[in-house]
Amino acid sequence: MSEHLLSLVLFTPLAGMFVLLLIPGSRKDLIRIWANIAGFAGFLVSIPLVLRFDKNAAGFQMVERHDWIPSLGARYIVGIDGISLLLVMLTTLVGALAILSSWSAIEERVKQYYAMFLLQQTGMLGVFMALDFFLFFVFWEVVLVPMYFIIGVWGGPRKLYAAIKFFLYTLAGSVLMLLGILTLYFQHFKQFGFYTFEIAELMKLDMPLGLQQWVFWAFFVGFAIKVPMFPFHTWLPDAHVEAPTAGSVILASILLKMGTYGFLRFSLPLLPKASIDPLVVQILIGLSLVAIIYGALVSLMQQDWKKLVAYSSVSHLGFCTLGIFALNPNGLAGSVIQQINHGISTGMLFLIVGIVYERRHTREIAEYGGLAHVMPKYATVFAIAMLSSAGLPLLNGFIGEFTILQGAFEANRVWAAFAATGVILGAAYLLWLYQRTMLGQITNPKNLRLPDLNLRELAVFLPLVAWAIWIGVYPKPYFEILEKPVAEIVERVRPDYFHRAPVAAAPLEVLR
Amino acid sequence: MSAYYTSVDHFALIPALMLALFGCAVLLFDFLVFPEARQRKWLILFVALGIGFAGLGLVRQQVFLAQQDLNEFTAFNGALTIDGFSIFFNWIFLAASLIVALVSYKYLEIEGEHHGEYYGLILLANCGMYFLAAGADLVTLFVGLELMALCFYIMVGFLRSDKRSNEAAVKYLLLGAFSSGFLVYGFSVMYGLAGSTRLADVTAAIASRSAWDPLVFLALATTSVGLLFKISAVPFHMWAPDAYEGAPTTVTAYLSVGSKAASFAFLLRVFLGPLVSAREVWEPLLSAVAIATLTVGNLAAVSQTNIKRLLAYSSISHAGYILLGLIAGNATGIKGVAVYVLVYTFMNLGAFLVVVALRRSRILGEDLEDLGGLMRNSPVHALLMLIFLLSLAGIPPTAGFLGKYYIFWALIQTQHYFLAVIGAAYVAVAIYYYFRVVRSMFISEMPYREPVASSFGLRLALGVTGVLTLAIGVYPEPWLALAQTSVLLR
Repeated sequence: MSEHLLSLVLFTPLAGMFVLLLIPGSRKDLIRIWANIAGFAGFLVSIPLVLRFDKNAAGFQMVERHDWIPSLGARYIVGIDGISLLLVMLTTLVGALAILSSWSAIEERVKQYYAMFLLQQTGMLGVFMALDFFLFFVFWEVVLVPMYFIIGVWGGPRKLYAAIKFFLYTLAGSVLMLLGILTLYFQHFKQFGFYTFEIAELMKLDMPLGLQQWVFWAFFVGFAIKVPMFPFHTWLPDAHVEAPTAGSVILASILLKMGTYGFLRFSLPLLPKASIDPLVVQILIGLSLVAIIYGALVSLMQQDWKKLVAYSSVSHLGFCTLGIFALNPNGLAGSVIQQINHGISTGMLFLIVGIVYERRHTREIAEYGGLAHVMPKYATVFAIAMLSSAGLPLLNGFIGEFTILQGAFEANRVWAAFAATGVILGAAYLLWLYQRTMLGQITNPKNLRLPDLNLRELAVFLPLVAWAIWIGVYPKPYFEILEKPVAEIVERVRPDYFHRAPVAAAPLEVLR
Repeated sequence: MSAYYTSVDHFALIPALMLALFGCAVLLFDFLVFPEARQRKWLILFVALGIGFAGLGLVRQQVFLAQQDLNEFTAFNGALTIDGFSIFFNWIFLAASLIVALVSYKYLEIEGEHHGEYYGLILLANCGMYFLAAGADLVTLFVGLELMALCFYIMVGFLRSDKRSNEAAVKYLLLGAFSSGFLVYGFSVMYGLAGSTRLADVTAAIASRSAWDPLVFLALATTSVGLLFKISAVPFHMWAPDAYEGAPTTVTAYLSVGSKAASFAFLLRVFLGPLVSAREVWEPLLSAVAIATLTVGNLAAVSQTNIKRLLAYSSISHAGYILLGLIAGNATGIKGVAVYVLVYTFMNLGAFLVVVALRRSRILGEDLEDLGGLMRNSPVHALLMLIFLLSLAGIPPTAGFLGKYYIFWALIQTQHYFLAVIGAAYVAVAIYYYFRVVRSMFISEMPYREPVASSFGLRLALGVTGVLTLAIGVYPEPWLALAQTSVLLR
């Protein structure tokens, strides 16, 4: 059983989709019930991953390998380490909640909608589990198609534009990434005499800096568009604003993490020389800092609630890439934690927008005000999500941002100083948003009779709120899970790092 | 002097003989046995039998090669070469012919032009293709080419009362004849150089000269014009959109895969045969042609509103990708060409078959708008079309990705980084126009209209092409092994 556990987790949603296709399209409620069962089952089967995971073991766990295309050297290899474990759990949980949240929002073409979600779920899980570059690429591309349809069919007024823009940007990046992959693949053949896509094998490559840089930039385009890093972020506001609520949630919480995950899993370990190259680091840090501050400033200016949250993603993902390219344990661990945090808190923020949008069909911030009076439960959940996103201590956002800043500070104090302004700006736009929509008197009569959260909606939020508080209050298990994989990456990129006197204390020491 | 007609000759000829025999039988039976239009669909049985026997002939060739432990054998004093390459391509031609024959009767009935000679022409065209893949002599190759082209000229103009079809046929005929003139001129120069029409002799004669020899260049340039016309590479692509649009859709499908695959087989035979020693000359030339082909094909497709024209430009761009494989020119590249042609055959046929199904008695079904709301009206067709379009665009895990994968891999191996980046960039452009079709099918809402045309043959053919397009992508190993057999070529 255990050796097939990852495959089980990976293909449960896909199996659910095939069963779903057998249900006649007119039985909408049956379709909804089945889709929720499949989504929830997807989460349940992933729980044993946590129980079986050994945080003290190095390398990948629960690895499964089968031959797939021997003549290309492509194999079906899946396995997880601490980083993938967290992202897989985020995917299964948020995926199930996104399906639950769509119950009343989607009335048209219900069957196709849920089929797309389940297909996408398998694609995303595959990205986080694949240990073979070919397999990874297949899953990476598979994710695009369902998301195109989710935005394009069930989206807002400019859905067609947003959907194709999303598709084209990501695809353009990924074909360049494919060329990078092929270069590595061919270099491996030249050095070792056989073709393989296995990550562990490709890591044995010894490539000159110049070639590594070329491949690095090829990967960079693919991953940076997905993250999205400044200046490749322009697809994101369009896609987010036009997507249906659950689509935005998946997009923000999980799809964007595919980019940061790509940096962590492929760019750094496979191209260590290029990743530590001062020019590369400076450019990537520079873009991250610009994204943090620019994203926050643009968020401050938004009139549209959902667009504000979308731009806040640019800012938060800037922190994640900053942490990665600080290239020290704090930065990397903080980055992964912040990726999870962003998945939780921005997922919640999008759900929150979706709930009032479903009731009022507008996202103009000016249309709202004083909602706390009529929707107290909603206001409470929003407050938690907002504070967690803003990085208030005892909530998850603080842990991630603090650790990243610690890592950035260790690498270069100026970076940390710039990034810290992003934290302040982040608090500003979020608090201001909360003030404008929730507090004060109800000025718009249309808002007087808005119903508060119902039981289903509460059920969507509760797991996320609980997770946010857990990470905020007791992050130790997360740092323990991440300790090994992060150390491996640092060891790979900066072989001398752990042999020098420690510059800063490990994250656990500080937080204990 | 050996026997006039040896058993080896017999092996080499049998598939072509079967195709020609059954082609003539179709013509005969058409007016002797099936005088009524309703009965003509039974002629498909003859097509199937002819293709079946030809396939049997290919199997026997394969067995013969395996038994004798040979890579190839020649017949008719070197006029035909039977090797893995010819057998591989011939399987593709047979599959394409059978699929096209299967879907044609319903379509031709709707068009009101269901005549028996159509099936005869399919078989005879296939016979011509056979010689393009197996020919090893300039004359054999040229006769094969003309046999195929003549059949296509007639088939393109098969809708006698349709102005577009007539116009397409005349354009195709005039330009095709013109390009054949170039080709045969090039061949005459080659003959002048070698004093023989055997490819092996021509190869040796050209190899003994410098690659920049003016006569070699003349042969190269004129031959290339003829060949590039046949694969509709830019700047010799002008005929393709018009011919594709005007021809009956089933013929367009056949033209876009059968004729193109055969022309590529021919092109490989010539460029990797007689012209191989002039590689330093033709490689930059073909690179420029490939870039131009990708550019024009992809950019022109973006603004098309007629789906047949759109697929015509898309097939031009695919020719560009296949050329890149030849330019890379190593074993991976040549295998890539074989893989690409294989997957292209099924995915492009499939896409055209959906267009065939869209032709209903009162709806032309060629405009992008005619695809509107297809997901609502006929989800199976819409989903199949989605698979074909994703595959044409090269999105994994569909078969089309594999073709592009090999081409890129070969380009990187041979350090053609610039071409690789160009090819990769146009994948993104291609997605844009393929997804315009997807957008009409899935997102545009259209009122319910007449259901799409359906017949047993059409359903079977769509099923087969759809399953293969997915199966080759998800589990490619056996298909790659099949393509591997074709790389034995030199």
